[in-house]
Amino acid sequence: MALHDAKLASNTDGHASSTHNSDDAHGDVKSYIIGFILSVVLTAIPFTLVMNGDLSKVTTIWSVVTLGLVQIWVHLKYFLHLNFVTEEGRANTFSFLFSALIIFMVVGLSVWIIYESNAMMMY
Amino acid sequence: MSTIATSSAASMPHEHAHEEHHENNTVFGFWLYLMTDCLLFASFFATYAVLFMNTAGGVSGKDIFELNFVAVETAALLLSSITFGFAMICAHRQNKSGSLAWLAVTWALGACFIGMEVYEFHHLIEHGNGPQQSAFLTAFFSLVGLHGLHVTAGLIWMTIMFIEVTRRGLGEQTVTRLSCLSLFWHFLDIVWICVFTVVYLMGAM
Repeated sequence: MALHDAKLASNTDGHASSTHNSDDAHGDVKSYIIGFILSVVLTAIPFTLVMNGDLSKVTTIWSVVTLGLVQIWVHLKYFLHLNFVTEEGRANTFSFLFSALIIFMVVGLSVWIIYESNAMMMY
Repeated sequence: MSTIATSSAASMPHEHAHEEHHENNTVFGFWLYLMTDCLLFASFFATYAVLFMNTAGGVSGKDIFELNFVAVETAALLLSSITFGFAMICAHRQNKSGSLAWLAVTWALGACFIGMEVYEFHHLIEHGNGPQQSAFLTAFFSLVGLHGLHVTAGLIWMTIMFIEVTRRGLGEQTVTRLSCLSLFWHFLDIVWICVFTVVYLMGAM
């Protein structure tokens, strides 16, 4: 019902959202719903895969990780409105990409080193 | 109450250009804080990835994770993300009652999530699987607990924003604060995607 109200408000009170880029920056009802449906699907698939356990372990791990990454992208695009178009979106996107790089270096490379040294010491 | 809201809304256009710039800086600054928070979570994830096999002869993820339970927790958090989105849309359109209603729904869903997590932790500790039992359990409680603490902080912040919107209406500054909280809330949802993928799904395999 309130969703319906929000739609009504957008039609009758378009003036309140002042500029045309305000909707790009904050998202509209449609983009939130698309994002939500995508994330529900992207959550349901990995849970089903693991609960059923039909696929081999390696295939399941790669599918679950890939779907997780896709879902993160969906959230960044539809809920956090990261983009390369608006100035604000670009600043946010580049700072995010920078921290993603740091995280890859800190987590990815640490885990790689630790697992390699573990393998060499144990076997 | 409503007269205050109307008058603050009416005085807005004068300072709009100036405030807009200020708002962008505030929200961008908060985004940078979230990026540093990302690094905090990343180090907890790295710790978990290194320690999760060290169960000290105790339980492993496979023994303690209930995927059905986690699926419901995830659903609550996902739903709260879209309801917060609707609250923000209402806020940007100066729809005070709509914004408050969606905030209340979001708060309830967040509280469900935290309630379930507290129940899970209590259940584990009651069965002798507390954080002191093994490196795996320490890493698990730290990582999931850190996320839970963030969500709790988000709920407290949301309560304060609810009171602020009720009393002052949706002025420029209040909407800016709501935007920061919205970033925080969606960010926690992204962290939860990593948690259920890395901890629960990969642990239960």
